[in-house]
Amino acid sequence: MIHSLFLINQSGDIFLEKHWKSVIGRSVCDYFFEAKEKAVDPENVAPVLQTPHHYLISILRGKLFFLSVIQTEVPPLFVIEFLHRVADTFQDYFGDCSEGVIKDNLVTVYELLEEMLDNGFPLATESNVLKEMIRPPTILRSVVNTLTGGSNVGDTLPTGQLSNIPWRRAGVKYTNNEAYFDVIEEIDAILDKSGTTVCAEIQGVIEACVRLTGMPDLTLSFMNPRLLDDVSFHPCVRFKRWESERVLSFIPPDGNFTLMTYHVSSQNLVAIPVYVKQNISFFETGPCGRLDITIGPKQTMGKTVEGLMVTIHMPKAVLSANLTATQGNYSYDLATKVLVWDIGKLNPQKLPNLRGSLSMQAGVPRPEENPSLNIELKIQQLAISGLKVSRLDMYGEKYKPFKGVKYVTKAGKFQVRT
Amino acid sequence: MITSRTTLDRNDEMCQTLVSLIWCYVAFLTSLQIKIKFHVINSKSSVLRNDDLKEMLESSKESLKLEAMKRIVGLIAKGKNASELFPAVVKNVASKNIELKKLVYVYLVRYAEEQQDLALLSISTFQRALKDPNQFIRASALRVLSSIRVPIIVPIMMLAIKEAAADLSPYVRKTSAHAIQKLYSLDPEQKEQLIEVIEKLLKDKSTLVAGSVVMAFEEVCPDRIDLIHKNYRKLCNLLVDVEEWGQVVIISMLTRYARTQFISPWKEDAVFDGNNEKTFYESDSEEKKDQTENKPYIMDPDHRLLLRNTKPLLQSRNTAVVMSVAQLYWHLAPKHEVSIVTKSLVRLLRSHREVQYIVLQNIATMSIQRKGMFEPFMKSFYVRSTDATHIKTLKLEILTNLANEANISTILREFQTYVKSQDKAFAAATIQAIGRCATNISEVTDTCLNGLVLLLSNRDETVVAESVVVIKKLLQTQPTQHSEIIKHMAKLFDNITVPMARASILWLMGEYCERVPKIAPDVLRKMAKTFTAEEDIVKLQTVNLAAKLYLINSKQTKLLTQYILNLGKYDQNYDIRDRTRFIRQLIVPNEKSGALNKYARRILLAPKPAPVLESSFKDRDRYQLGTLSHSLNIKASGYQELCDWPAVAPDQSVRNVEVIDPVKEWAPSVGKAKQPKSDKFYSDDEDEKEDEGSESSGSEGSGSSSSSEGLCQAVCGKDLVSCPHIGPLRDASPRSDNQRVYFISTQLLQKIKSRLIKSTLPSRVSCLVQVTTPSFGPVKTYELLHHMTGKGLSAKYHFPRQPCLYQPSMVAVQVILTNSSDHSLEEIHIGDRNPASLNIHCFNTIERLEPEASVTVSMGVDFSDSTQAANFQLCTNTDQFSVSIQPAVGELLMPSTMAEQDFIKEQGKLQGMNETSQTVTMATANTSSQAISKQVLSVANVGVVSSSQSNFHRFAGRTVSSGALVLVTLEMKESSSAQLTINTEKSVMASMLLRDLKQALAQV
Repeated sequence: MIHSLFLINQSGDIFLEKHWKSVIGRSVCDYFFEAKEKAVDPENVAPVLQTPHHYLISILRGKLFFLSVIQTEVPPLFVIEFLHRVADTFQDYFGDCSEGVIKDNLVTVYELLEEMLDNGFPLATESNVLKEMIRPPTILRSVVNTLTGGSNVGDTLPTGQLSNIPWRRAGVKYTNNEAYFDVIEEIDAILDKSGTTVCAEIQGVIEACVRLTGMPDLTLSFMNPRLLDDVSFHPCVRFKRWESERVLSFIPPDGNFTLMTYHVSSQNLVAIPVYVKQNISFFETGPCGRLDITIGPKQTMGKTVEGLMVTIHMPKAVLSANLTATQGNYSYDLATKVLVWDIGKLNPQKLPNLRGSLSMQAGVPRPEENPSLNIELKIQQLAISGLKVSRLDMYGEKYKPFKGVKYVTKAGKFQVRT
Repeated sequence: MITSRTTLDRNDEMCQTLVSLIWCYVAFLTSLQIKIKFHVINSKSSVLRNDDLKEMLESSKESLKLEAMKRIVGLIAKGKNASELFPAVVKNVASKNIELKKLVYVYLVRYAEEQQDLALLSISTFQRALKDPNQFIRASALRVLSSIRVPIIVPIMMLAIKEAAADLSPYVRKTSAHAIQKLYSLDPEQKEQLIEVIEKLLKDKSTLVAGSVVMAFEEVCPDRIDLIHKNYRKLCNLLVDVEEWGQVVIISMLTRYARTQFISPWKEDAVFDGNNEKTFYESDSEEKKDQTENKPYIMDPDHRLLLRNTKPLLQSRNTAVVMSVAQLYWHLAPKHEVSIVTKSLVRLLRSHREVQYIVLQNIATMSIQRKGMFEPFMKSFYVRSTDATHIKTLKLEILTNLANEANISTILREFQTYVKSQDKAFAAATIQAIGRCATNISEVTDTCLNGLVLLLSNRDETVVAESVVVIKKLLQTQPTQHSEIIKHMAKLFDNITVPMARASILWLMGEYCERVPKIAPDVLRKMAKTFTAEEDIVKLQTVNLAAKLYLINSKQTKLLTQYILNLGKYDQNYDIRDRTRFIRQLIVPNEKSGALNKYARRILLAPKPAPVLESSFKDRDRYQLGTLSHSLNIKASGYQELCDWPAVAPDQSVRNVEVIDPVKEWAPSVGKAKQPKSDKFYSDDEDEKEDEGSESSGSEGSGSSSSSEGLCQAVCGKDLVSCPHIGPLRDASPRSDNQRVYFISTQLLQKIKSRLIKSTLPSRVSCLVQVTTPSFGPVKTYELLHHMTGKGLSAKYHFPRQPCLYQPSMVAVQVILTNSSDHSLEEIHIGDRNPASLNIHCFNTIERLEPEASVTVSMGVDFSDSTQAANFQLCTNTDQFSVSIQPAVGELLMPSTMAEQDFIKEQGKLQGMNETSQTVTMATANTSSQAISKQVLSVANVGVVSSSQSNFHRFAGRTVSSGALVLVTLEMKESSSAQLTINTEKSVMASMLLRDLKQALAQV
């Protein structure tokens, strides 16, 4: 399936290659570079390309391209999903997925790639299994290894791979047994000029951090599971139980993982936590424009809105911005034409405001469209859909674990059109 | 180089003369020499560095070798050549250090193809490793051996694959499935032999193997659909438990299979109801009823099985799995059921950019045929300014496909925002989309036209140009009423600078010049003025316009036309000169011009067909959705055509699984190794059937009732209690109610069994030991509550010896509640328990039990590996009765399968304190091995370990709660005495078990 993999950095250098079948020359990447050249923006490169003898499927993660070479028909999503899994694994192992980190851990990366695919077909992609075979590097271990000549390849064999629960590593032991669940909801919305909601929906995800000894069997139940419209699960969740009882029953992987993602039905009205009053205009006469933005709380369920930030992609003609913010700081990047206003906590008594003038390139016609505003925000201890976890039960082990649930609401793709 | 420069400098100082020039020349030569030397040294240093690595590899220190290998792997990763180190590296292939060994493997696989002879040196190491007792070592040896692309070793690989395919470990068998593909690509000649191996592996029941072998099947012999027949039901049932990547491969293979084997579920005259969301929550049974009522078409149960078993996978976190299920439904499901995939596909749009791209492409294709599927989710396709351009264009495509009379106003309002986008390519695409909406929905054609006309005054040229082009197309479709717009465009003409747009307007003028008789000549007049300054494409259209006007209105335009033709005659571009010459001959009559002149009008003013505005995804559905070919819209190499439904269904019975292949080694180790022995306490002629029954139901998984006709007969004639592994009960002979309930619950247990069995596996014990399916001795029933004390309620319990459904550490207990009173009892449930910490999984409250009725319920009790009784209250709505369950020590165990050597190994670890032993006297009737098994199994729920020595009988089990091993050995001595040994950490249990066993063996 996957013949070769090339890692390419932003400037177009191939800094790692791996072949699972016979070797394919680097020149195959030229077709990709050509497409990249044409697309201008790296984001706009089509993920699937055709060359005379091969097919190229690539993903962009951070600033790196993962480019895989395919020779025969294969579902493209299969490859894309796998490449993202590879990137996730690097992230998981090294805390970051950047060129520097990969170069520093070249051998571990190679060992990982070797285990993840056999003859181009995914073999072990579960983080728990991989970690049993190849230990993630830590500073302490690398020091010890250089002193003792030890290795970071596990000498135990991965039993997880054989069992029906490949996601859990064997022989887990902790002195403090704990299970934390973060319910994170993101509001995706488009508001139009007048502040009316064009579309809005809530996407949620439950991230878990489970450190429990042995083979615990957990059951997580909700107060109001009916809210969940569409769900997807980590393979550990027993789907039959969910269908019949609407509870999540599972033997968790060890460590951090995404337990489920869900979508709250669009029939429910979505509470929009903030309103935006904006006025961005470019004058017909004279090379300048005016900008005036005020943000205020709308439906916040009595909680404070934090981490408020507004990002605006200005038209190319805007040269600089001369603004004053009543709260927070703003910055305007001349190269990318991005205006960022970092507000922080929203104070309902004194609404943050940003106003001032924009100076435009002379001689260029006034921009047709006003730029749209992307808003980021965060509300702690609130799941905006109203979803509540009612209880977590553990079977299969004797000890009493420490349990915790945290709720956070964030703005996802939250856009205000102007 | 430095020396050369100093020489040069010195020379500069000295020289003014010719001599110095000669010196210079000499110096130049020396510098060249030095350079060359330097180069040599340089290349030597790279050799040196590799020498350095070679030295490190040959040193005796493990850490040095490892360091060297790490650096070599670094070289490989960067794409640098390290092939010359091959001999030094290959020596380390047999290293004890695992990391070193792995790195050597990496190197070997990379360079073996280039250094074939040297690579052969390593082969013997792998051949040895293939015989290693550890399955991981066997697997990794096979993996590397098969990855070495050296044609000479093909026979060795073939042999290794065949052996590995018969390995006891499913992991090794999985590896052999991978190796099949590698060998096939190395030497396609081996195809026939490899197909044999594939055929064997397809019969494998392990979820580990399924995905890999289907992958091999797809690669080697995708056309041998006949190999799938017998495994079809098994694959469907295993699907949920197969790893994600395997699921994708199996699903796409089964899609092709189903298209050849079942008849079309799409009715010829089916009118698709787009908004049929109802089916989403409808249960399968209802669907089935629907079908039988409304349609003459009856779906093949196997077809239904596939659809039913893939549906839960829509909830997978793996986007590729979701997509493959979606395409399966699209290609196989009845039209009204396809819409259940919508939500999941829309969910994927939250994922990465690349995933969105592929999913949107597929939705675009789907939405052409089935608007209704995605219409409720229209808003999910609204474009955000932050989307990448190709995502935006795809969303636009979908929105256009979804447009209908009802939603067009919303969509157009949305489009208005897009037109203003800063991304001009996208804005242009939006205008095209508006044009498509206008032609497709006649109600809005005028609105769209007006909107587009407004856009003509847009400041942006690309927008204007695109609008003109689209308006041109729209006007062509209905030219009669639109002279106003043409006039308007003529007015705008002066302000429009984009050549394509100007050309379009000129063409429109010419085409409809009869409708604007006054304006057209005026435009031509203006063009005559600016002709020389125009772009080529505009010039061509000017010539066209002139020609058309000349034919219609020669009075006014004769001079203008001649002027323009003269200008054209001397143009720099030969296309234009050509065209001018041609037009002149065509329209201006003179003696030389031939017959064509007469037809000039018909040639130039012929009615032209309107261009069709349609989706670029229109014909994509000829490719299977979700494939690479679909994504690229060309046939990718290796693409398997999805064939049409057969008109008549091929024979269904080919999928019936009859007697399972008796070759034992193919069965997974779970449950299988033990079976032949434990069966011995049934009469001999039943052995075969029992075997078969348990096999099939084991493979059943989700308990479909369709797949085991053959099995049903096998089971029906048998004593019911002795056969717990039962499949369907459809035409079973008369049974009492409680038996039926019992059967259904055992069936339930079976379904969940595999998962639970695995979860009870304690980690510290070697993975070679696996828990088996429960052995089943005669059931002993104990009294829980007598009907006298229970005021009419009586309860009995027994241990079904099944893994507990609720929690692996619990012992399953089945309670039969009977109402012997004359009134019905209500709300039977479990009340307080003693000790309070006792972990019981209660049965659900029984609302009502009629007189003389009985019901079987199952509960789970965690005895924590002690024989202490579980006391609890059995309550009805009026009374409470204290009852207790006292487990026999043997019931606290679970059977476990292991090979004899593993047994001995484990036994070796449990010596000393952990060993309890006693000599027992046996009843003479009990000396046969059959009788011994029977007696031991009646006491304890353990598994038989096959033994090579006839005087040793071994049994293995583990405790339910903690999973500690319990090993029972019976060594037969002379006459009727025997040495009974029990090895376990739980010494209390050991002595109790010993007592019970001794008693059992002594009695007849």
